[in-house]
Amino acid sequence: MTDSAVLHGSVSELHEMLTQGQISSEELTRAFLERIDQLNGKLNAVVTVCAEQALNDARRADERLSRGEGNVLTGIPLLHKDIFCTQGIRTTCGSRMLEEFIPAYDATVVAKLKDAGVVMLGKCNMDEFAMGSSNETSFFGTVKNPWDTQCVPGGSSGGSAAALAAGMATLVTGTDTGGSIRQPASLCGITGLKPTYGRVSRLGIIAFASSLDQAGPMARSAADCAHMLTAMSGLDVGDSTSADLAVPDFFSELSGNVAGLRIGMPREYFNDDLDPAVRTRVMSALSELEKAGAQLIDIDLPHSHYAIATYYVLAPAEASANLARYDGVRFGYRCANPADLEDLYLRSRSEGFGEEVQRRILVGTYALSAGFYDAYFNKAQQVRRVISDDFRKAFQSVDVIAGPSAPGVAFPFGAKQQDPVAMYMEDIYTLAVNLAGLPGLSTPAGLVNGMPVGLQLIGKPFDESTILNAAHRLQLDTDWHLARPAIEESWT
Amino acid sequence: MSISQDDVEKVALLARLSIAPSDLPEVTERFGRVLQLVNELNTIDTEGVAPMSNPHDMVQRLRPDVVTGASDREALMASAPAQDRGYFLVPKVID
Repeated sequence: MTDSAVLHGSVSELHEMLTQGQISSEELTRAFLERIDQLNGKLNAVVTVCAEQALNDARRADERLSRGEGNVLTGIPLLHKDIFCTQGIRTTCGSRMLEEFIPAYDATVVAKLKDAGVVMLGKCNMDEFAMGSSNETSFFGTVKNPWDTQCVPGGSSGGSAAALAAGMATLVTGTDTGGSIRQPASLCGITGLKPTYGRVSRLGIIAFASSLDQAGPMARSAADCAHMLTAMSGLDVGDSTSADLAVPDFFSELSGNVAGLRIGMPREYFNDDLDPAVRTRVMSALSELEKAGAQLIDIDLPHSHYAIATYYVLAPAEASANLARYDGVRFGYRCANPADLEDLYLRSRSEGFGEEVQRRILVGTYALSAGFYDAYFNKAQQVRRVISDDFRKAFQSVDVIAGPSAPGVAFPFGAKQQDPVAMYMEDIYTLAVNLAGLPGLSTPAGLVNGMPVGLQLIGKPFDESTILNAAHRLQLDTDWHLARPAIEESWT
Repeated sequence: MSISQDDVEKVALLARLSIAPSDLPEVTERFGRVLQLVNELNTIDTEGVAPMSNPHDMVQRLRPDVVTGASDREALMASAPAQDRGYFLVPKVID
């Protein structure tokens, strides 16, 4: 058994090693904790390590497995994005505002994965309050992309994506409000799925934009994502928007059969905004699926262009309401020596929030203010329906919609920081999927100049199985998802 | 619609954010760029389109109005920056 077989093993492989007694969960956990210790100084992907608790979890998992109990996830090491509340463990959301916040309860996703027996190694760095596409907005410093440490890992789940790509965990969680799972998955060369809105409970996930936020799995393969999604999903009475639908065993639905699958290629996703080298990789992945029996069909999503304007009204508007709770009184950062109550509010918020978060609060407050509500918020909600209808119509003639996950590969630090709008364009292919509440995933499609490219697959509402299966087929026929960054000796 | 520094200051007050005078020109310029982006919405006709607030047009699910479990008051209060005997402390509000 080599280090690589452990650090880059799939859930199925590790589960077999665990049940055959080739390794214990405790040994597995120690190997990952050591890896984090070696690499995190360079990558800054993890903000909190929970070594003692992880080893206790691992011993409990070993006991379960030795009694012949547990399931495929029992004893598997995982890192959570630091947006998920973890009882008794600091949950920062990448912000000074929550630098010392210790939640009194677990997010439903955390509780469900704990019940399945996963071992939580710690919490991953992220863009502040999940607002960003490069991890440059984190109060805890930027995360480096393990493929090239001069480049961003994407965001906002950039710490999760970088940690997984560097072999710091077998599984990681992410959240996706406008592309925050799929874009970093693309930039770090891993598989990441944003489920249908309502599939996974939002209880205990620090809120950004409540009508768009979804949590999902990020892993080395579609098969691993499927295992994780099954454990994460389901009705939660604590989240009134969680869907009251049966949860399939997503792994057992991976037949690998894509014969006759109709894949729509929106003309708007393959236009001039797309880097030609990225287009070549995406097309190459699609022709693999075609060889496996899928049909490629040109389609139109005519209002795609409006997704970005719509999103940058609705997401900031919802954020400005959600982030009103940070008042320096009940929890979170409080300024020193406030002169009066007004001063306490103003300075706690201005000192506690970073620049991008404040910008979105300002834009959202403006869009909701008297005199502008109809022109911005109401208008954007109308356009949201128009965009959603485009998808509904397209899905009458196709089963899956495909395109790039991001317009290019990972970019150097600072390249887009001066212009907020340039940064927002990172999510031009992903935002509309959140507006329409659809499931979408990113799966590796090869490299451009040594940097990963992702293929995005979008499904019908609650049809995660079909896009996972198409990604699984691609991963059976190609080895793009197995490509790994060269970890430099000098990092350790 | 463009935005002035005065407008930005008014919105900042509504949002309970304070902007340092030296930062105001840059904040206004970047705010303006975002507004320019979202003003594209004015170029699409949405006459008669119902606003969409939930992507599946779900309606609010209600549950029976019964107590389902108590919150751990002490653990929740422990996150407060300043507290005393079960109360949140703030600067003096009434003279």
